[in-house]
Amino acid sequence: MDRKVLLIEDEPNIIEAIRFLLARDGWSVETHSNGVDAVEAVRDHAPDLVILDLMLPGRSGMEILRDLRADSATSRLPVLMLTARGQSRDRDMAEKAGVSRFMTKPFSNVEVMTAVRDLVAQASRQ
Amino acid sequence: MASLNLLVAVALVYVAILFAVAFTADRLAATGHGGWLRSPLVYTLSLSIYCTAWTFYGAVGYAARSGLEYVTIYLGPTLVMIGWWWGLRKLVRVGRSQRVTSIADLLSSRYGKSNALAACVTILAVIGVTPYIALQLQSITLSFSIFAAVEPGQNGLDNPGTSAFVVAVGLAVFAILFGTRNLDANERHHGVVTAIALEAVVKLIALLAVGIFVVWGLSGGVQATMARINASDLGTWDMDPGRWAAITFLSAAVFVCLPRMFQVMIVENDEESHLRTAAWAFPLYLMLMSLFVVPIAVVGLDLLPAGSNPDLFVLSLPLQEGRDSLAVLAFLGGFSSATSMVIVAAMALSTMMSNHIVMPIWLWFQRGPGATVSGDVRYVVLLARRIAIAATMALGYFYYRLSGGGTALASIGLIAFTGIAQMLPALVGGLFWRGATRLGALSGLTVGTVLWLYTMMLPGLDSADWIISNRMISDGPFGIGWLRPNALFGISGLDPIVHAVFWSLSVNFLVFFVVSLVTFPGPMERVQGAQFVNVFDHTPEPRGWSGSVAQSEDLMIMSQRILGARDARALFDAAAAEQGIADRLPEPTPDFLQVLERKLSGSVGAATAHAMLGQIVGGAAVSVEDLMAVASESAQILEYSNRLEAQSTELARTAAQLRVANEKLTQISLQKDAFLSQVSHELRTPMTSIRAFSEILRDTGGLSEEEKTRYSGIIHNEALRLTRLLDDLLDLSVLESGQISLNLSDGSLRSVLDHAVSTAMAGSDRPLDIRRDRGAEAVAIRSDLDRLAQVFINLITNAQKYCDAQHPVLRIAVSHADETLQVDFRDNGTGIPPHSQDMVFEKFARVSVEKAGGAGLGLAICREILERLGGSIEYVAGYDGAVFRVTLPAARALAAQ
Repeated sequence: MDRKVLLIEDEPNIIEAIRFLLARDGWSVETHSNGVDAVEAVRDHAPDLVILDLMLPGRSGMEILRDLRADSATSRLPVLMLTARGQSRDRDMAEKAGVSRFMTKPFSNVEVMTAVRDLVAQASRQ
Repeated sequence: MASLNLLVAVALVYVAILFAVAFTADRLAATGHGGWLRSPLVYTLSLSIYCTAWTFYGAVGYAARSGLEYVTIYLGPTLVMIGWWWGLRKLVRVGRSQRVTSIADLLSSRYGKSNALAACVTILAVIGVTPYIALQLQSITLSFSIFAAVEPGQNGLDNPGTSAFVVAVGLAVFAILFGTRNLDANERHHGVVTAIALEAVVKLIALLAVGIFVVWGLSGGVQATMARINASDLGTWDMDPGRWAAITFLSAAVFVCLPRMFQVMIVENDEESHLRTAAWAFPLYLMLMSLFVVPIAVVGLDLLPAGSNPDLFVLSLPLQEGRDSLAVLAFLGGFSSATSMVIVAAMALSTMMSNHIVMPIWLWFQRGPGATVSGDVRYVVLLARRIAIAATMALGYFYYRLSGGGTALASIGLIAFTGIAQMLPALVGGLFWRGATRLGALSGLTVGTVLWLYTMMLPGLDSADWIISNRMISDGPFGIGWLRPNALFGISGLDPIVHAVFWSLSVNFLVFFVVSLVTFPGPMERVQGAQFVNVFDHTPEPRGWSGSVAQSEDLMIMSQRILGARDARALFDAAAAEQGIADRLPEPTPDFLQVLERKLSGSVGAATAHAMLGQIVGGAAVSVEDLMAVASESAQILEYSNRLEAQSTELARTAAQLRVANEKLTQISLQKDAFLSQVSHELRTPMTSIRAFSEILRDTGGLSEEEKTRYSGIIHNEALRLTRLLDDLLDLSVLESGQISLNLSDGSLRSVLDHAVSTAMAGSDRPLDIRRDRGAEAVAIRSDLDRLAQVFINLITNAQKYCDAQHPVLRIAVSHADETLQVDFRDNGTGIPPHSQDMVFEKFARVSVEKAGGAGLGLAICREILERLGGSIEYVAGYDGAVFRVTLPAARALAAQ
């Protein structure tokens, strides 16, 4: 099981929680905490899945998602987007930008794990 | 001996010939064959109506009484024709361009189409000309009586009253028949003019014939005649320079002003170039007419019995010598002189009377609610003119009967001349001086006329002894010596004629000039004045009608009534064709209305035409007055428009304000959305951690104690964070809404800082070296001490959290400046980056990357608190570390609150 997840999130407690959950499920978890060089981080780590916070210092998660989709290397990369702003407008924008899954905080741990598994399974099937 | 019956027969035949000539000339002119009728020769001969019976018979009498002075009567017109040719040309040009019908019309037209002036001139003309007409009747009657004396009792014609009556009726009929054929008085009366030209030839031939008979038949040649003249008193009499000058001037003036002269010279003029011929031909005619006057007078005085009337020498000499046919010819000459004058004078006067007295009155009566001309104006005008001719003749006849016909012909002539000459100042002034005004003309005319009546008519009437006593003439009215009619202002010794001419005309000129200077011409006067004075400078464009409201149909109906259906139709069709409209009435353009007014003024006079057109067009010539009215109206519209514009500007401003307000609201709404979104984020983030770790604790078996402790610690901290956040939000909400109640109390700054430092440092694991100057802090303050402490705690905590120095140091410095107290919090970190300095006091603003701290509401709350306390907080840039400066009002100022 050499599945790799890149978690782009700036809230330390949430990083710790998600890392704990994914690690227990056998994922290798990399983290990145700011938006500015998040796209480079994705390129460097080449993860199987990205968990992306919407509100990041330096750069918005939405812009990072668009960049990823614009790049052919990452255009099909599964991206699970998390947001603490519970607005439907953000969801619409994210879907237009090509998000794979969109979840609102606070989330249930089971939901997150299920989503991660599904996304990776879908990606590997394609 | 020529019988009176023969004479009557000859006269009737002569009259019949005149009728035939006039009729034929009219027909020829109507059919377009009468080219020669418009020759300069006919024009010149028609001017000879200047030579009336007064000059035909009277000149000889004048010579017999006053010697060569009679020459002055011919000298005046000669000087005018030769020396004032350019003035006449201007008069003719004006007359043609303005289509004037008489001298009254001309003056009225010049002075703003004033009908009052026209009426005054008309009345003066009637007063001046009536004695003149009486004079003509008298001459004819006298000439009849000469024949009757030879062979008395044959028929009723030896009765002077009867013959005068018959002659008057006959002349009236002739004048009516040929003078009122056309309504357009400005059109040429070819019939009348041709008949007059014929009569001019007849009278010249008659006088020359008598003269030749006298010189060669009676005196035996030129030599003998000259000898006879030298032997008589006539050749030696001195000339009186005053009288000569006065009478020459007088005759020159009336040559232009006499209504009949104006009629033939200006109104009947076909071409200006005719004046060129007349300028030499007419003086020549006058010279021929005067050639034999002295010989006839001298021979008459010699041969005829003493006491014979010298006024009739022309007739009585041939009769005395038994030359009946010559006598009849001479009679015809005198008859011609009298009739031509009477006919033209009657025509001219009738035009003036009907246009300036009858028509205005009639129009005034006709001015009904419809405000348009009704009835057949054409018929009214013609009828008025015919009645006026009859009235003129009647006046002349009655004057003749009343005056008894005893006065010498020449003196009546001079009295009439002086009256008519009163028009001269207004005429010449109007022609050459733009400053001449209507009031000036009216005043001059009135004053001149009154003086004329007073100095000339009154003494003339004294023999009749009707109204005034001889005492008044000799001693002045009410015994006031300097008002004596024959010696005004005590200047006596002057010849009565010179006296009257001098006073009436000089005062007339003076009053005209002075009143013109002090009065202001009306707009129409100024326009017309310019038209007259500068008639050669521009094509005639007197003034425009505004035809916008004029109805073409109404104009057509009115024109038909005045011009007749055919002429009106032709005029309108021509105008329509010019406007490029077929089969329709022309548009009432200003140009067309102007043409129409000119045409109508030829029929009814300028003032009346103007008034009639004015009734239809709506009473509005576009005068300066109207323009002023329009201008003031425009000003009102402009003002209104300005007001509208102001309102519009106001509305635009309001709209802009609304837009701004709307933008503000939108912005506020967006800010609210953003705020809610921020609050949501700040709440959900700790909740996410709490949920995640509580689920981990719940669902995950085999967690170590260490892990359990750690995760529940996280949950605890995040719960505290949530509480803090809610506290801050509520605090901020209360502060922002302004519902905060301050709890003011006295204290020292030092104790507040002590409390703040101890609270901030309590429970903190991060080291912070706080350095204070406790001496400087000993300042008494009055404030809400708890709130102030809250601010200080916040600042100290921030330094604690964010100062990135290895050994964090916070310096708290207190300083006084003016009425304020400054407390600086300065750490030794890297400070806040410049781009963030502006927003650190905004809600949810965070500078550091880590979020471990609060929700970013601390500084926003500080700012709100200090605002309530009357102070402020700012970030001071330019230091090494972060510097926050709290400014408080000094205790005194604060206490005053």
